[in-house]
Amino acid sequence: MTSPQRVELVCPAGTLPALKAAIDNGADCVYLGFRNETNARNFGGLNFDAKAAAEGVRYAHARGRKLLVALNTYAQPGAFARWTGALDLAADLGVDAVILADPGLMRYAVERHPQLRLHLSVQGSATTYEAINFYVRHFGIRRAVLPRVLSLAQVEYVVGQAQAEIEVFGFGSLCVMVEGRCALSSYATGEGPNTVGVCSPAKAVRWQESAEGLEVRLNGVLIDRLAKGEKAGYPTLCKGHYTVRDDTYYAIEEPTSLNTLEMLPELVRIGVAAVKIEGRQRSPAYVAAVTRVWRAAIDACAAAPSRFAVRGAWMDELASLSEGRQTTLGAYHRPWR
Amino acid sequence: MQLTLGPLLYHWPKARLDAFHDAIAAAPVDRVYLGEVVCSRRHEYRTADWLDAAARLADAGKEVVLSSQVLMESESDLRTLRRLAADGRFLLEANDMGAVHAVAGHAPFVAGAHLNIYSAETLAFFASLGATRWVPPFEMSRAALALILADRPAGVATEVFAYGRLPLAFSARCFTARHYDLPKDDCRFVCLDHPEGLVVATREREPFLVLNGIETQSHRVLNLADALPEMRALGVDAVRLSPQPERMMDVIAAFRAACDGAAADEVASMLAPALPAAACNGYWHGRPGLELVARGAAS
Repeated sequence: MTSPQRVELVCPAGTLPALKAAIDNGADCVYLGFRNETNARNFGGLNFDAKAAAEGVRYAHARGRKLLVALNTYAQPGAFARWTGALDLAADLGVDAVILADPGLMRYAVERHPQLRLHLSVQGSATTYEAINFYVRHFGIRRAVLPRVLSLAQVEYVVGQAQAEIEVFGFGSLCVMVEGRCALSSYATGEGPNTVGVCSPAKAVRWQESAEGLEVRLNGVLIDRLAKGEKAGYPTLCKGHYTVRDDTYYAIEEPTSLNTLEMLPELVRIGVAAVKIEGRQRSPAYVAAVTRVWRAAIDACAAAPSRFAVRGAWMDELASLSEGRQTTLGAYHRPWR
Repeated sequence: MQLTLGPLLYHWPKARLDAFHDAIAAAPVDRVYLGEVVCSRRHEYRTADWLDAAARLADAGKEVVLSSQVLMESESDLRTLRRLAADGRFLLEANDMGAVHAVAGHAPFVAGAHLNIYSAETLAFFASLGATRWVPPFEMSRAALALILADRPAGVATEVFAYGRLPLAFSARCFTARHYDLPKDDCRFVCLDHPEGLVVATREREPFLVLNGIETQSHRVLNLADALPEMRALGVDAVRLSPQPERMMDVIAAFRAACDGAAADEVASMLAPALPAAACNGYWHGRPGLELVARGAAS
């Protein structure tokens, strides 16, 4: 792949105000989902019906920006029509691309909507160029979103060998597991990302004061116990304290957020086509702030890549929005390697 | 109903692998999956050793399938994959789309559980590429499987993961090395000291998960022995057992008896002493995976 001219900033929207906030603050693309289990942020009070989505398309296109629809869960047995219906709706709305994970749904898209641009979702778990090129060959996907598990050098190698554009996560919640390959949530609660588009769902969470501290349970399983004053993030199963051989620690992952801002010139240099901001479940104010910082950074990097320096104010603003106020470069830079 | 032995998910020393394969050669299983599916750093068996073991088990009358690594990261991972795919003597179980890419159109293959085939439509797509067998995702309920099998494409056999710790998640990060404060690239192969992984307990000492290198497993052991009659009625062709270090031959004997029509009580009493932890079967009943729905209970 030749490097695209300019890295696209892809921002999340769970509501129309968030969508407008993203556009107004400089997003090149906004991605959204519909109000059901056809997308991986199927949370109460979130997402778009047909009317709001149509308004979102108008708002984005009037300002020369793109709108993407995530249909990135796996179509469930006997309910294939719910996913194809969502896909038909996205096509009818005139969105710029759909983000898919299920090959069965991709096949339908190619047959029914051959003009529709397809992106491979991170939920498709494609970590090599061979996997990506499979989707190119069979469905003509134009872009693949990489799982948050590859190092920068591995991303560079994939960019060089894949026959599609590469999008990477730049900021937001960190999945330490390969997306599309994690059933921890459904194991504990019955609901997970692949099937219903949730992780550690709020309805399964119980907070309980106990003699030893504030206990957090997920469908009865104690996933953490916090001392007085300890800051509590959203109780995601993989980010709790557990005990392994008498050692109690964050046995899987610490409650941190991904922030790759300082890597931006490298991401541009290796030819990444787009940087994705996670967080369709976040507020319009959050989306506005993150988009503003990333827009400024991408513009500064494009103007003078060799002189690019992360500004303290950017990092402060992003840190204030991050889980546990901690950020990490995640797998791109592997201190644990 | 055929009985299948899934790929070993743990890291065992070469001598233990050799002995295990000798035992399997004489065990009453129809099909055996071989190969390193979890971590590319594990080299007690090199690719050539896996192919040798495959040939030995095939000579012993087993149908042998080579399983591909679930999380592929490097060109070296891809080279190993191509070598398995090009061998030509054995079927490949494709556990990621790169593996499907390597075999589709060239040879029949097994579509592994990690391909996330959740619908009859998606199964039909893999059948069109040459899949002759598929393994449903571990999360799939009996009701969901029934809907798919009612509408399944011709020529694709169904194999259900029916016994063993559930491989719930994969990461680039090695949680076993992390526990020992070792970098992944200098892990000293500490997982050799844990032939069935490292137990993760909650803060009230309830065993919950098992760390197996980059893989996270359930602590509870999936046991669908008593669902075999239902599976047979649905049209399931084979059940898969996942290897464990102790009493695996007893597990095989119990499931062999179940496949051959033994009464559920008899199978349960054969299996009980061989279970390394509490059992679960929630997914099959459309419940959280860790739950155990009692036999005969409505679900």
